[in-house]
Amino acid sequence: MPSDTPLLKVDELSSHYGPIQALFGVSLEVKQGELVAIVGANGAGKTTLLHTLSGVQKASGGQVFLDTREITKQKPHKIVAAGVCHVPEGRQVFAPLSVDDNLRLGAYALRKEKEWVEQELDNIYTLFPILNEKSAQSAGTLSGGQQQMLAIGRALLGRPRLLLLDEPSMGLAPLLVEEIFRVIQSLNDQGVTILLVEQNARAALGIANRGYVLETGKVVLSAGADELLKDEAVRRAYLGY
Amino acid sequence: MWDQILQFLITGVTVGATYALVALGFAIIYNASDVVNFAQGEFVMIGAMTAIALSAGDGGLPLPLALIGAVLITIAVGILLQRFAIAPARGASVVTTIIITIGASIFLRGVALLVWGKDIFAMPHFSGEIPLHIGNATLLPQNLWVMGGAALLVMGVHYFFNHTIIGKAILACSCNRTAAHLVGINVGLMMLVAYGLSAFLGAMAGILVAPITFTSYDAGVMLGLKGFSAAILGGMGNPMGAVAGGLALGLIESLAAGLISSGYKDAIGFIILLLVLFIRPSGMFGKVSAERV
Ligand SMILES: Nc1ncnc2c1ncn2[C@@H]1O[C@H](COP(=O)(O)OP(=O)(O)OP(=O)(O)O)[C@@H](O)[C@H]1O
Ligand SMILES: [Mg+2]
Repeated sequence: MPSDTPLLKVDELSSHYGPIQALFGVSLEVKQGELVAIVGANGAGKTTLLHTLSGVQKASGGQVFLDTREITKQKPHKIVAAGVCHVPEGRQVFAPLSVDDNLRLGAYALRKEKEWVEQELDNIYTLFPILNEKSAQSAGTLSGGQQQMLAIGRALLGRPRLLLLDEPSMGLAPLLVEEIFRVIQSLNDQGVTILLVEQNARAALGIANRGYVLETGKVVLSAGADELLKDEAVRRAYLGY
Repeated sequence: MWDQILQFLITGVTVGATYALVALGFAIIYNASDVVNFAQGEFVMIGAMTAIALSAGDGGLPLPLALIGAVLITIAVGILLQRFAIAPARGASVVTTIIITIGASIFLRGVALLVWGKDIFAMPHFSGEIPLHIGNATLLPQNLWVMGGAALLVMGVHYFFNHTIIGKAILACSCNRTAAHLVGINVGLMMLVAYGLSAFLGAMAGILVAPITFTSYDAGVMLGLKGFSAAILGGMGNPMGAVAGGLALGLIESLAAGLISSGYKDAIGFIILLLVLFIRPSGMFGKVSAERV
């Protein structure tokens, strides 16, 4: 259940690609246990935002806090070790490596905790039996949906306090989209705090507690998910009716 | 005739084992960072020269200690090369990084020239120079050191990349750097490990073969080029292909030198390199792909 402690606090975050500014002072919060969606069109800056949170993209202004600890200028591996795990856009599995290796690399920061890793690996294989079946195959041979499961499993092996998901439904058949969203929902029910980025606004807001609307690098709207789903402007721009 | 050929094979495998280690170094660095490291040959030279320097004279260290010292120094050179020459050029084109590594190799050779001059040095054999006989062919104990040492190192590298999490983390960096960051791999550190490992292999090649071939400040040039040819032959970025390429090159060179003329020995290696580049640019064992140019 959502509590009042903000796990993630983003304050006036900006980011540039060379001279081009992609984020213009984005502020948002994710409370412990929440599932928060960020919706926005193509090129709105959703991926840039998540990359900046994970430290693979430099912030040019503003701050990011995990609990009360500032992580703005931390190296990516330190941010992962602090419990921010990222399922990147387009899955980004390690294609030549086996499914099992991909998952184990997800626990890279926790590699000394062997027992925990084996236990969690079992859990992931139970959650996604198809990955268990194909554990020895190279990740590149999996279908898009299976790669998405692998990318999620890999992030879960990082023992996330905050799970960042970047367009997990992208390029998947409707049935698979439903399944992936069911998994995300159930992870949240089990207590994983989630920040979900989607172009598929309806599905994302359907499972989220709250949502933010991102347009050309700025937050233009934030409200409870139900409110956003009913909002006239949101419906016209993102829900298509 | 057959005795002679056996002799050529012994020489070929010994030289080929050295090439294989250098080629393996090329492949590891290429895999980890997409850089063709033309300073790879200098690692061989530095390994051999520092081992000789550390063990020479009255105040010299006992050979085993000198060898360990030489290996550690070479690893340090590899790490410094990555940290101060390669890492700052992150994202530069392949040509730029090639120019950087060629520059680094000229610099390292220059330092070696200043320190040791142009003299040719010999290292004592590890376990004597009494030849063993196989039929009418002879084999020095040092030949066995080279072959056995190289075989152990190759197996070790294979194990490292296939059965350890650090080895797989390096592979992960090479296939998707952003994703490697996102699973919590310290990518910068993995690059240092890869360069250190390559330098280690180069140093070991230099140390193992130095008692047989003698060595001087510019010994790395030819070995670097041969190792590069072998790596291309095996398909750049395919470690076990590089090893096979090294052995093949050593054997072909030795047979050509013995059966045709020793004058052609070096030319043969480069003719093979050119042929491979023309006919099968992905190497004998490389996957055919248009991705990496
Ligand atoms: N590597 C880059 N170099 C330059 N500009 C970039 C780069 N990546 C993204 N941008 C620009 O930054 C802006 C935000 O892009 P971003 O990928 O964050 O959007 P997005 O909301 O994730 O879009 P999508 O829904 O297509 O994934 C866009 O204008 C894009 O053109
Ligand atoms: Mg995106």
